[in-house]
Amino acid sequence: MNVEPAISLIRVNKTFDNGTLALKDLNLNIYQSEFISLVGPSGCGKSSLLRIIAGLSSASSGKIQWSNNANQKEIAFVFQEAALMPWATVTDNIRLPLKLAGVPKKAADYSIKESLDLVGLSGFEQAYPRQLSGGMKMRVSIARALVTSPKILLMDEPFGALDDITRTKLNDELLALWSHKSWTVVFVTHNIYEAVYLSNRVIVMAARPGRVVADITIDEPLPRNEEFRDSQAYSAYCRKVASELSKAMN
Amino acid sequence: MAKLKSKKFLSLDVIAPILVGVTVLLIWEISVRMTNTPPYILPSPLLVSKTLITDWNILFPALLITLKITVAAFMTAAISGLLIAMLMAQSKWIEKSLYPYAVVLQTTPIAAIAPLIIIWLRNNTFAALVTCAWIIAFFPIISNTTFGLNSLDANLSDLFRLYKASRWQTMLYLRLPSALPYFLAGLRISGGLALIGAVVAEFVAGTGGANSGIAYQMLIAGYNLQIPRMFAALFMISMLGILIFILLSTLSNLILGQWHESSLRRE
Repeated sequence: MNVEPAISLIRVNKTFDNGTLALKDLNLNIYQSEFISLVGPSGCGKSSLLRIIAGLSSASSGKIQWSNNANQKEIAFVFQEAALMPWATVTDNIRLPLKLAGVPKKAADYSIKESLDLVGLSGFEQAYPRQLSGGMKMRVSIARALVTSPKILLMDEPFGALDDITRTKLNDELLALWSHKSWTVVFVTHNIYEAVYLSNRVIVMAARPGRVVADITIDEPLPRNEEFRDSQAYSAYCRKVASELSKAMN
Repeated sequence: MAKLKSKKFLSLDVIAPILVGVTVLLIWEISVRMTNTPPYILPSPLLVSKTLITDWNILFPALLITLKITVAAFMTAAISGLLIAMLMAQSKWIEKSLYPYAVVLQTTPIAAIAPLIIIWLRNNTFAALVTCAWIIAFFPIISNTTFGLNSLDANLSDLFRLYKASRWQTMLYLRLPSALPYFLAGLRISGGLALIGAVVAEFVAGTGGANSGIAYQMLIAGYNLQIPRMFAALFMISMLGILIFILLSTLSNLILGQWHESSLRRE
């Protein structure tokens, strides 16, 4: 892991138009190839923080530094909902980022195929979103994020709306992808188990005002599997995150 | 099983309104006969259908002329409505400055301004009639399309911002497709209104000569107390209105069939 952070947030503040203080003096270093989860109660500003990193929203004050190897152009964002265009096929949905960037069709077709294979959607190229289940839609959404070969993946509770079985499956698939692509992932969730299972680091946030209250390194080798889910270490980490979280909520 | 069910519904869809229609016509026919109502007060349905056949050579060409006005007004309304809505979607400023005038045009009674338009365009009656019908027909398209262009999925618009989509790309790939169902719903309303506009304009204009439409035929028939012919003409206008609605609904279902909620059946 590099010593210099890929992204540094320095004393970031965010105040909404209605006067709510969403983030207060937030400092956070995100290192390259790190899988980092933000957990916290609703209203702790974890989604706001992600949107600020993505450039979808701006900080009221403070600074965001990007290292030389990382920049805002190489990010991809996965939303809580799949956010697919209902009028377009799976292929055309995944093609969108390339089309907007003006990538020639032939090169685009190649990337789309690769992306479809990665998330296991081959055979569904011509399907429309309404024909897919929630888990499949989220796969399309992830494929769309991957099609530009991003270095940084920002995910805003991407599996929040899915059932547990699908969520577990997609967690494993995401980890497998991450381990051979070595992206930097910032993952927002309110699910402690998911956060511990996936991450190198879990950042616990508290609300009113939104701030970081704990930074827990999950010192276990990656990728992980079912064995890890049954291990003592996993339960211990989950308990630790849970206790920090309950402290944060008081 | 599902097929059987839909077939049953389909037959109910068809049989029920036909049953009502036949009953009403029967009561109408019988009461006209029993009360000996003269045809210049209320013609019986049988007499109306006879007149429809005997006067077909007068009425049908007139209907075609009205249809021509309707189609021209509808096309103009669809294109101008779409373009104006796209222009208004460019900025809140443009929308706020133009929209009230669209409303003013819509709320001005067409019968009141039709004579003016006919005077201004006195050299071209066809254009005058089309203009009147257009004024009535274009508002639903503007208002629906504007609404559609502005009702974007929040996440999708974020996605377009994230990938630095240009204004034009956002219009083409996000806003226009989002607005399509609304635009098509606007077309469906506007088709019927274009016909109403054409008929009202013909009434007001009262144009004679070789190129007179069905409404003018109705007017003349009324003057001559040929009430059965009036009814026959009225019947033809209604049928044309229904036909326009069916055509536009079919078009809408064809276009949206693959993806939009409104045209889906639960599987």
